[in-house]
Amino acid sequence: MLKKLLFTISLFLFINCSSKEEELYLPITYNLEIPSLFSQKLIAPVIPANNPLTQEGVALGKKLFFEKLLSGDNSQSCASCHNPQNAFSDTNQFSNGIDGKKGIRNAMPLFNLAWNFDELFNWDGSEFSLENQAFEPIRNPIEMHATWKNVAKKLQNHPEYPTLFKLAFGTSTIDSVLITKAIAQFERTLISGNSKFDRFLRGETSLTPEEENGFNVFIDEAKGDCFHCHGSNNNPLWTDNQFHNNGLDTNISDLGLGAKTGDPADNGKFKSPSIRNLAFTAPYMHDGRFATLEEVINHYSEGLKPSITIDPLMKKVQQGGVQLTSKEKADLKAFLLTLSDFEFINNPDFRNR
Amino acid sequence: MKKFILFYVGLFLLLGCEKKDCCTNLEPITVTLQFTHNWDGIPINSSDFNTFKFTTEHGEQISIERLRYLVSRIKIGDFEKNYQLINIGENTGLELVLAQIPQGNQFLKFTFGFTDADNIDGIYPDLNSTSFNVPMMMGGGYHFMQFDGKYKDSNNQNANFNYHAIRAVNASNPMNLILEDTSFEVEIGTFELSKNTAIEIKMNVAEWFKNPNLWDLNVLNTVLMPNFDAQKMMSENGRNVFDVGTISN
Ligand code: HEC
Ligand code: HEC
Repeated sequence: MLKKLLFTISLFLFINCSSKEEELYLPITYNLEIPSLFSQKLIAPVIPANNPLTQEGVALGKKLFFEKLLSGDNSQSCASCHNPQNAFSDTNQFSNGIDGKKGIRNAMPLFNLAWNFDELFNWDGSEFSLENQAFEPIRNPIEMHATWKNVAKKLQNHPEYPTLFKLAFGTSTIDSVLITKAIAQFERTLISGNSKFDRFLRGETSLTPEEENGFNVFIDEAKGDCFHCHGSNNNPLWTDNQFHNNGLDTNISDLGLGAKTGDPADNGKFKSPSIRNLAFTAPYMHDGRFATLEEVINHYSEGLKPSITIDPLMKKVQQGGVQLTSKEKADLKAFLLTLSDFEFINNPDFRNR
Repeated sequence: MKKFILFYVGLFLLLGCEKKDCCTNLEPITVTLQFTHNWDGIPINSSDFNTFKFTTEHGEQISIERLRYLVSRIKIGDFEKNYQLINIGENTGLELVLAQIPQGNQFLKFTFGFTDADNIDGIYPDLNSTSFNVPMMMGGGYHFMQFDGKYKDSNNQNANFNYHAIRAVNASNPMNLILEDTSFEVEIGTFELSKNTAIEIKMNVAEWFKNPNLWDLNVLNTVLMPNFDAQKMMSENGRNVFDVGTISN
């Protein structure tokens, strides 16, 4: 009896396997190299169960990220606005779309996106998940201005892509869902965790007295008090990925999160950007209004503008801010620059070859 | 051979059952703690945030914009849950389900914040990930409460407050921080548990500004983390904020 049962079970398993086998779909798992500080200090990154990372998927996603066929006139790829040299941002205040049209937002840098635990992307959190976010730029008239139907057709007729999709997803039928899945896989591999400050935290290097003092300004509640929103040695993302109004304007024209939620209490709130890699990501803020870090620091020190929705963590708003001394400002800047990750921007895995 | 195994497995199961049945025949139950918030009895939910809706005992109108706090060593009988972060604005952590609680009379208590033994810098990844840390220059560890909002100052202008409760620290000599554990135990009471039970734990937010220390937001509003005396006062006022509410089955 038992033997019969075993036999039937194994037969069943066998049949099951062999039916899958005809697809010859065996992508190799991609192991994310998670920086030690991240695994010590943070919860696990977000990898959706329906889009696990595979070597074939990530490689395809990378190719697609640099692929100009994704735009209406084959002139622009994701990387046109998200350049590896600029920590996957660009140097313009507002990026040009394929028709030369400009938006009203500064291109965001792309790194450590799998650690955005709430998965709300864009300055205003308007897109949930990286897969969904990737749908948007391709059909956006002021960005790549294509239609998904045409993009899928162009890739389908390409000599290489059908095979690459087959290897990554087990089908050579290309559609928007698989394209965005592959891109999202690549985006999740963009990890920045090896700046001078990371090496300092790992005990591999030391800071200058100025950098150290700058860090103290950053975490001192009476001075910078930046850590409540921009992370710390214990939150190596250097952002809370939450939405705040950091006092840029009294009259708010771009409603930010408020436009998405419809709640006036959210007007003027934008996602705190990570302060990693600032050396490569100028200009700053959602509208790229500040060209330099000096301007950013002056803003927090004496340029705060009151408004109904300004974050309560902004101190002494009526006086414009906490009035840092020029030494404190210079040191704060020196500290911020220790979070520049040159290895990240020069990583050949993230470059178009 | 197989028969033997079967026999032993059966015996084992049988014995296993007997043990459970031997004394009282009581199934363990589930206790759900429901954290609710009010202002002197008026309920506070995330929808009550961002408007000047409440007035402190001292007379300042306030608008609540962010309110999250930590309770730890949540004990019911012998069962203990390590900690729970409650975030009213985001509606997270408001319910804590404690399964497999034995029936009978059980005492419920918890600690507001972390005691020194648990308040260890950087060791809780979920709390780091949500930026609940206290920088080392203020003694390290974690916030007990982050309560941010606006008040109408004496000129009726909007001004910000950051009522952040942490372990008290005197950092006037950065080389030699003076720390004092300002977490405190909250005893909710004894419950006769015979079936699945929900226990409401109420926080009266107004109490943070009331008693024994009448809180003047015009004086104590921001930069309270490194203010040793303010921390002691928060801790004293906190003793009166929690209360047991409805018990339901
Ligand atoms: C024309 C320039 C441009 C192109 C092309 C472009 N982006 Fe962007 N990207 C932006 C801008 C601007 C934002 C900020 C948008 C906003 O907040 O409204 C952004 C935001 C993002 C974000 C959100 C990051 C975060 O942290 O929230 C991701 C992810 C992203 N882009 C990926 C892509 C991908 C993938 C492509 C290609 C399919 C692409 N982008 C093409 C300009 C561009
Ligand atoms: C209340 C939360 C909060 C605090 C506190 C805060 N920031 Fe920000 N920070 C933000 C938000 C939100 C933005 C984006 C605002 C926007 O673009 O509208 C931002 C933007 C920035 C940027 C621009 C980054 C980029 O890529 O564009 C820098 C640099 C920065 N902050 C540094 C600091 C420093 C230094 C401090 C302390 C002096 C500080 N922040 C305090 C929330 C905060």
